[in-house]
Amino acid sequence: MATMTDPLDPIVVAKDFPLLNRRDRERPLVYLDSAASSQHPSAVLDAMDRYYETTHANVHRGVYALAEEATTQFEAARTNVGRFVNAPRPATEIIFTKNATEAINLVAQSWGRRFMKAGDAILLTIMEHHANLVPWQMLAAEKGLELRYLDVDDSGYLDLSNLDRLMNGTKLVGITLTSNVLGTIVDQDRGLPAIIEAARSAGAVVLADGSQYVPHSPTDVRALGCDFLAFTGHKMLGPTGIGVLWGREDRLDAMPPFLGGGEMISDVRLDGFTPTELPWKFEAGTPPIAEAIGLSAAVDYLRGIGMERVRAHERELCAYAIRTLGARYGGDLRIFGPTDPDARSGVLSLALDDVHPHDVAQVLDEAGVCVRAGHHCAKPLMRRLGVAATARASVYVYNTEADIDALADALEAAASLFARH
Amino acid sequence: MAGLEDLYREIILDHYRSPRNRGELPSPPAHRSEGFNPLCGDEVVVHLLVEDGAVADIKIGGQGCSISQSSASLMSAAVKGKPVTQARALIRSFKAMMSIHEASLGNDGDGEGGEAGGTDEDDAAGGTVSIEDMGELAALQGVVKFPVRIKCATLPWNTLAQGLNEAEAGEQA
Ligand SMILES: Cc1ncc(COP(=O)(O)O)c(C=O)c1O
Repeated sequence: MATMTDPLDPIVVAKDFPLLNRRDRERPLVYLDSAASSQHPSAVLDAMDRYYETTHANVHRGVYALAEEATTQFEAARTNVGRFVNAPRPATEIIFTKNATEAINLVAQSWGRRFMKAGDAILLTIMEHHANLVPWQMLAAEKGLELRYLDVDDSGYLDLSNLDRLMNGTKLVGITLTSNVLGTIVDQDRGLPAIIEAARSAGAVVLADGSQYVPHSPTDVRALGCDFLAFTGHKMLGPTGIGVLWGREDRLDAMPPFLGGGEMISDVRLDGFTPTELPWKFEAGTPPIAEAIGLSAAVDYLRGIGMERVRAHERELCAYAIRTLGARYGGDLRIFGPTDPDARSGVLSLALDDVHPHDVAQVLDEAGVCVRAGHHCAKPLMRRLGVAATARASVYVYNTEADIDALADALEAAASLFARH
Repeated sequence: MAGLEDLYREIILDHYRSPRNRGELPSPPAHRSEGFNPLCGDEVVVHLLVEDGAVADIKIGGQGCSISQSSASLMSAAVKGKPVTQARALIRSFKAMMSIHEASLGNDGDGEGGEAGGTDEDDAAGGTVSIEDMGELAALQGVVKFPVRIKCATLPWNTLAQGLNEAEAGEQA
């Protein structure tokens, strides 16, 4: 019997994913785009079906048994997701949102509007996803804030040499725990403590974007030391339409509501309203109930595998990919980001000699290999790397070395098709 | 199922590997227009010299995938030296080639083919060119089987249309 210390067997895991097992395809499916969105195990789909088939009613305030059961399941999902990231108070510190993007906008619009004033600075990194750039740019334009950026060096690591200078006057730090382009990991073991410490001395709060981290590594908000953590359900085997904001309770308590409407009030009069308590203060309107239950099932599924094993599997697969692709293509294939598998996630941004990433992805598709081509919503980083786009392969629990081999073979087809004779 | 050979015809690969009319023209007298595909970062720059109602010279700059860059190259070869009316007819015909099929693929047709930036306002004038008479340009016909790539193929043509409008407005002024 397999134990939690054995390596994860992706072939066994993949059996749980109906989409990966469809037999009616014209060509094999080699799904290497989980960084954009992951697939779903039956456990997640079944949990959502079961909810719709047996329990659905609007949550909160319902007196009848069905509504009470829906509410119980929804709130249990919240607590379960909170425990997954080791939230000290999972019942109050987990806010359900539409996605990570909305979670970040919530902090910008609520915390940022309340606590930042003209001349204050926001410190971001050049490797942020647009979701952790644009909300701050909007706020900066509105309030006259200064935007500052940590750079990356040529090996794909954050450049922290100017940290103290950049932190001076900074009120908020927004930083991704894993770059969706470079794969660079920034966490309690890799560079984050210096940033947290500098932020503390400057009196700045830290928002971590865990969209590419929480699905792939054991996550402990207490060890991370951040004030806010945003992540998104559909990248961690859960459904679309649900994201999460974790926030330290005292921070969330001090913040005004974000969206207004039902659910988020304790009283409404003609001349105004009184917001309700955490976490509902930030959840205006009917929430994504089935999605929360689906996300909770995804968290159970990942916990069942063990996040240490998830991380170890992806680390091995990434190391294998770097080895294999390096041996086969050498200097003709550029792999962006750190070369040390300990420092990076299973996201591999590739540039094949002078074949355009669009064309690479098109030829790969012919072999059933799904990779993403484009700027990956990280245009400032693309400019920094000096490319318009990359082709990005990304792995998860169901990917195998054979998938990497298929990628390597398909790249060969792209290289030969576009070779200049 | 559409195969790669439908997309990457030899003529297309040839124009991608050895683009025709690559470069710049001094402006003025030439007119410079730029087109971007914001989704993928493809970029086409058209330098256009319009004299006596004809495309006296054209040069192409920019960067992008094989489809956008080969389409630009094929386009430059097709319109160079031609009367502006004929260039406009080609633009219309090319965009029609990129959209008729799209409609038959079940899309509503208002997305890729005649998108914003399109310049179909003088549809009535000038007529069109049939696919049989489009020469090497017909090699791009296979692109319609790959709907996400249609925007790549039409980018240079929209940029040319914009350039012609601006150049002619400039001449009249
Ligand atoms: C690092 C990072 N942050 C944020 C997001 C946004 O996630 P969502 O679109 O689910 O809000 C993504 C997803 O692409 C991401 O990779």
